[in-house]
Amino acid sequence: MTTATESLPPPTATSGPIAWMRERLFSSPLNIILTVLAVWLVLMSLPPFIEWALIKANFTANTSQECRAGGGACWAFIGQKYRLMLFGLYPYDEQWRPLIAAIIMIGMIIASGMQRFWNMSLPIIWVGGLIAVAVLMWGGIFGLRYVEDTQWGGLPLTLILSTFGIALAFPFGVLLALGRRSRMPAIKTLCVLYIELIRGVPLISMLFMSSVMLPLFLPEGFSIDKLLRAQIAIIMFAAAYLAEVVRGGLQAIPKGQYEGADSLGLSYAQKMGFVVLPQALKIVIPPLCSLFIAVFKDTSLVVIIGIYDLMQSTKVALTDSAWRGFSIEAYVFVSAIYFIFCYGMSKYSQNLEVRLATGHKR
Amino acid sequence: MADPRVNGGQSAPPRRLSWNDPDVRSVVYQVVAVALVGIIGWFLVSNTLHNLSIRNISTGFHFLGREAGFAIGESPIAYGPENTYSRAILVGILNTIRIAVIGVILATIIGTVIGIARLSKNWLVAKLSMIYVEVIRNVPLLLQLFFWYAIITEMLPGPRQALNVMPGVFMSNRGIKVPAPTEHFAFDLAAIGFLLAFVLIFIMVNLAKKRQDATGKAFPVYRGGILLLVGMPLLGWLIGGAPWELDVPKLQGFNFVGGATLTPEFAALLFGLVLYTAGFIAEVVRSGIQAVNYGQWEAASAIGLSRSQTLRLIVLPQSLRVIIPPMTSQYLNLTKNSSLAVAIGYPDIVSIANTTLNQTGQAIEGIMIIMAVYLSISLSISVFMNWYNKHIALVER
Repeated sequence: MTTATESLPPPTATSGPIAWMRERLFSSPLNIILTVLAVWLVLMSLPPFIEWALIKANFTANTSQECRAGGGACWAFIGQKYRLMLFGLYPYDEQWRPLIAAIIMIGMIIASGMQRFWNMSLPIIWVGGLIAVAVLMWGGIFGLRYVEDTQWGGLPLTLILSTFGIALAFPFGVLLALGRRSRMPAIKTLCVLYIELIRGVPLISMLFMSSVMLPLFLPEGFSIDKLLRAQIAIIMFAAAYLAEVVRGGLQAIPKGQYEGADSLGLSYAQKMGFVVLPQALKIVIPPLCSLFIAVFKDTSLVVIIGIYDLMQSTKVALTDSAWRGFSIEAYVFVSAIYFIFCYGMSKYSQNLEVRLATGHKR
Repeated sequence: MADPRVNGGQSAPPRRLSWNDPDVRSVVYQVVAVALVGIIGWFLVSNTLHNLSIRNISTGFHFLGREAGFAIGESPIAYGPENTYSRAILVGILNTIRIAVIGVILATIIGTVIGIARLSKNWLVAKLSMIYVEVIRNVPLLLQLFFWYAIITEMLPGPRQALNVMPGVFMSNRGIKVPAPTEHFAFDLAAIGFLLAFVLIFIMVNLAKKRQDATGKAFPVYRGGILLLVGMPLLGWLIGGAPWELDVPKLQGFNFVGGATLTPEFAALLFGLVLYTAGFIAEVVRSGIQAVNYGQWEAASAIGLSRSQTLRLIVLPQSLRVIIPPMTSQYLNLTKNSSLAVAIGYPDIVSIANTTLNQTGQAIEGIMIIMAVYLSISLSISVFMNWYNKHIALVER
C-alpha cells in the first residue's frame, strides 16, 4: 500500500541576488506589475534625460547659437552666468567678499550642528561670525570698499536672510512659547493672537506688509531699507512657527520636572532657564532643523518684493538677450544648490534624532 | 516672607501688596505687557494716520465701489475692466478657492499613493518614491513653479505645432486644450446624479454598518460606492438622451477655438502645488502607517487577511488618527502657498489685491483683505478637519 513519498525539491535559494530579486521584485502578480511599471517609468525618463543633460549637452560654447545647435542642455550658460547667479549685482572685483561671507555662514551652520559646540561657545561663534559677515558685506572699514546693501545678492543674501532670520527669531520664539503656556490670561491671549494670526496668513502677505506698510508705520522722515524690512518680516514669521515648535518641547517635559524645580524653591526664570528649557530645546532640535530648512527655502519668496537673492539673481541672469531661453538649465542648477543645502540639513537632522532619542520617551 | 496662603488656609493675615506675592506680580506683568502693546499700537496707528494724511490717502473701503479698470486673465464669473474693485477681489477669492480645492483633492490622492509606495515590499517602487519625496521636499516651491511655468511656456511648441497627446487634447505654450462637452441638459442630469450618488452612499454606509452590527455580514461598501458614483451620473446622462457631441478644440488662425483651456499659469500653479504638497503628504501618510504597531499586521495576517485587506480594514483606520492633524497643516500650507501664484501671474486673491493696492494706494486695506481671506479660509479648513478628527477619534471608555 505504501508508496515511497516523493522527496520534495530543495528550497529555492534564500540568499543571493536571484533570491533577493524574487523576494523584492517578483513575489506576487501585483508586485510583478509594479516592477514592470517602475522599470518602464525609469526607461522612459532616464535615457532621454541623460542624453539631454550629458551626451548632447554643450559645456563650452561661447554664443547661444552655438549652444543651441547640439539640441541638448546648455551648461555653457551656467559657466557664463554663475557669478551673476551666485553673487547678484555685487561689484565684480569684490566678489571674494560675499564668497568668504557665505563660507563663514555655512561654517556657522555646521558648527551649530556639532554637539561639542553646544555650550557658551556657540553664542560667541554666532556673534563673531555675524559681525565678520557684516564687515565683509558692507565694508567701509579695514580698507574695504563700502558696498550698499541694495547691491547684495545671490547665495550670500539667501544665507543671510535665513540665518539672521532664525537666529533673531529664536529669542522671540522662546518668549512667545513661554507666554503661550503662561497662566497670566492677558499675556497668554497676546501670544496666542500673535502666533495664530501670523501662522494663518501666507509669508507673501507678510512680505507685502513689510514692503508697503512698514514705511507708513514709521514716523515721518524715518525710513529703513528694503532688505531690512524683508528681514523683519522673515523674523516675525519665523518667530511664530518657532514658538509652536518650542511649545511642543515644553509640553513634552514631564510635570515632575516643573514640580522638582518648584520644590527646590527656584524662581520662574531659574526654573525655566536651568531645568525646563535646556531639556525642551534638546527635544525640539530636529523640528528646529526642519524649520530652518523651511525658512531657507522660503527666503526665495523675497523675489516677489524684488530683493536679489539666489532666485532673483538667477532670473536676472535669464533676462540677458544674448542668452535667452535657457531657463531650464538655470533652474536645474539653482535647484541643485538648494537641494544640496536642504538635503544635507535634513539628513543631519534625521541622524541627530537618532542620537538624541535618549530618555525622553515614556 | 512666606506666602500667607500656606498656613492651612486658616486665619490668613490681611494681605498686603508686596512684590513677593505672585498674584501681585502677575497683575503687574500683565498690565505692563498690555500697556506696552497698546503704546506700540498707538504709536504705529498715529504714525500711519499722519503719513496717510500727508500723502492724501483717505482710509476706508470706499474704493471697493470704484471701477477697477484692469483685466483679469481667467475668471470663474463674468468680469470686465468696467466692473468694480469688489468684483475683481471676488474673482481673486474664487480663483484662490478653485486652485485650493482642486489642489487639495489631487495632492491627497497622489500623496497617499506615494506614501504607501514608499513602504512597498517592491524595492524599485520604494526607492523611486523615496527619490521623488526627497527631491520635491528639498527644492523651494517657488523654484518649482518657475520650472513648470518655463516648461509650459518655453519648451512646449506654439499652437500651430501643438503636441497632440491624445485625440482632442493639445498641449502648446498657450496652455492645455481639452475637449469639453457642449451645453446639454443631460449633463445637468449627470451632475444631479453625481450629487444623488453621495447621498445614497451615505445611506448605504449607515445601513451596511447597522447590518454588520446586527448580523455580522459585511456589505461590499467600496464596490457599491464606486458603482453608485459611476452609475448615477451615467444614468442621468442616458435619461438626458446620451448626447455625444463634444466641443473639440480646433486650430483656427493662430490659436485654438472651442474646448476648455487650462491656462499655462493655472496649469503650472496646479502642477507645482500638487506635486510639492504630495511630497509632504506622502511623508505624513508613511509615518502614520508606521505608527501602527507591527503586531496589528501580524494579528491580521494570523486571522488570514490579505495584505490589502489588512491595510484597508486594520491599519488605515488606526493610522488615520495619527494622520489627520498633520494632514490639516498640509492642506493649510497648500492654500497659503497658492499665494505664490502672484509670481507666475495667475490671478489669485494676492495678485488681484496687490494690483488694487498699487492702483489705489490703499495699502492697508489691501493687505487687510488678503489677510482676512486667508484667515477665514484657514479657519474653515481647521474647523472642518477638527470636526472630522473628532468623528474618527478613538472612543475611549
